[in-house]
Amino acid sequence: MTSSAMPPVSPVPEPQAAVDAAPGTGPVGTLLTERPPVPATTGPMIAIDGVSKWYGDFQVLTNCTTSVTKGEVVVVCGPSGSGKSTLIKCVNALEPFQKGQITVDGTKIADKKTNLPKLRSRVGMVFQHFELFPHLSITDNLSLAQRKVLGRSRDEAEAKGLALLERVGLKAHAHKFPGQLSGGQQQRVAIARALAMNPIVMLFDEPTSALDPEMVGEVLDVMVELAREGMTMMVVTHELGFAREVADTVVYMDQGGIVEAGTPAEVLGGPREARTRSFLSAVIG
Amino acid sequence: MNYNWNWGIFFEASPEGTGTYADMLLSGLMWTILTALCAWVVAFAVGSVVGVLRTLPSRAAQAVGNAYVELFRNIPLLVQMFLWYFVLPEVLPESWGTWLKQLPDAPFYTAVVCLGFFTASRVAEQVRAGIQALPRGQRMAGTALGLTTAQTYRYVLLPNAYRIILPPLTSEFLNNLKNTSVALTIGLLELTARARAMQEFSFQVFEAFTAATIIYIIINLLVVTVAGVIERRVAVPGR
Ligand SMILES: Nc1ncnc2c1ncn2[C@@H]1O[C@H](COP(=O)(O)OP(=O)(O)OP(=O)(O)O)[C@@H](O)[C@H]1O
Ligand SMILES: [Mg+2]
Repeated sequence: MTSSAMPPVSPVPEPQAAVDAAPGTGPVGTLLTERPPVPATTGPMIAIDGVSKWYGDFQVLTNCTTSVTKGEVVVVCGPSGSGKSTLIKCVNALEPFQKGQITVDGTKIADKKTNLPKLRSRVGMVFQHFELFPHLSITDNLSLAQRKVLGRSRDEAEAKGLALLERVGLKAHAHKFPGQLSGGQQQRVAIARALAMNPIVMLFDEPTSALDPEMVGEVLDVMVELAREGMTMMVVTHELGFAREVADTVVYMDQGGIVEAGTPAEVLGGPREARTRSFLSAVIG
Repeated sequence: MNYNWNWGIFFEASPEGTGTYADMLLSGLMWTILTALCAWVVAFAVGSVVGVLRTLPSRAAQAVGNAYVELFRNIPLLVQMFLWYFVLPEVLPESWGTWLKQLPDAPFYTAVVCLGFFTASRVAEQVRAGIQALPRGQRMAGTALGLTTAQTYRYVLLPNAYRIILPPLTSEFLNNLKNTSVALTIGLLELTARARAMQEFSFQVFEAFTAATIIYIIINLLVVTVAGVIERRVAVPGR
């Protein structure tokens, strides 16, 4: 088990540190000051504690420990195949794990008594390939789960959907179908679809990496705005500009383990680990 | 060849005394259509369930689905007809067997069940393929929104899968329609059976089977046309 020889990482970044780091995080650090301060008293929204996962004999996650406090934005980065998607899917139990514990807003997700559909409905998720439902109009994409999971009326769900579409700048496209939208537009709809459920936390798995470069900005803008409004977010992305701008914590993963975690300035500015350094130089180019 | 052509035969009275030979063929056509439609309802319902079973995460569900398909797909349809019609009443408790044998229109019900279950194995295979052809992320997106497995299938996976498999389903429907003729072996008076009866009574073999052939072709073309309309109706914009 050589891969477990990773250095101990402060498992729960103290909320205080995240706030302190805010002013000095780069040119757009001012954005952070507009965010509501992270309350130091509440427990973590997501607590990932010693999670290990295997696909057969292959260990994808090795003793991962980290947490996301309410209102915090955590960016997860690392090379391809390092287990970022797997970890984020474990958070809303889309993937089972064999060891450790994950709690979301105090609920243990691996607990047999946990109502997973109900829990998942409160955790928004945005995928690399959007995953809008192609046979439903944008309006229906936004209202399906509101009606079937939350029991909202059609009118209520559509009104909520329309309000969110307006927010992501796509109100005029409500009647269209996913196949009639560009990638960037589809991803913004996907974000609106997740928001329509009034999530307590949003998970993003490489939300911009399937997009043409000219569309990355429009999606990141929506995410930045969300972060500024105080949404709790866990974001897998290689957009280091986004990480510098809005992340409170950057988590670096390699070979299924969390190698390093800290403020963007610490991890992106002067990583302690050689692996992080070589990854960063590869991404920045 | 010394054959007396007589195309007027269709308007002559049949020896059954219930009308002309044309009426006889039309009553056969009615049984063919009725059997095909009822069998399709069974096939579509059972096939969808079995197809879904084969795509569920549960190993046990998959095993049940696979067993169904292998069983019903690998026994010849003719043998299945005989099993349902002649063997089943004998292996059931005696009172049930007697009840089955005395059922009015027993050949019809047997044909519907037999053909329905047989075609279901083929529909199941299409449904499975359709669901598995969808991006894996679709199921995940439904699940992540809080939909239950049943809801994810009902509102996300199946509506997409059915759209993909509409062309192969049409061809299964046509097979199902033509396979009704196998039920003549258990005494169903469907189109082929009636054409044969006409030939035996009148000796006008060419006229009888020409008529049957043309009728089969016409209803098959009708089905293809209707399927085309449905396909355009449910087509998703932007795809
Ligand atoms: N269903 C699966 N069965 C077996 N191995 C898998 C499965 N899914 C993922 N893996 C493996 O697990 C490892 C981690 O995968 P994961 O998708 O989490 O990586 P990632 O960090 O998200 O990579 P990327 O940046 O390419 O998205 C990879 O080595 C991958 O091959
Ligand atoms: Mg990934």
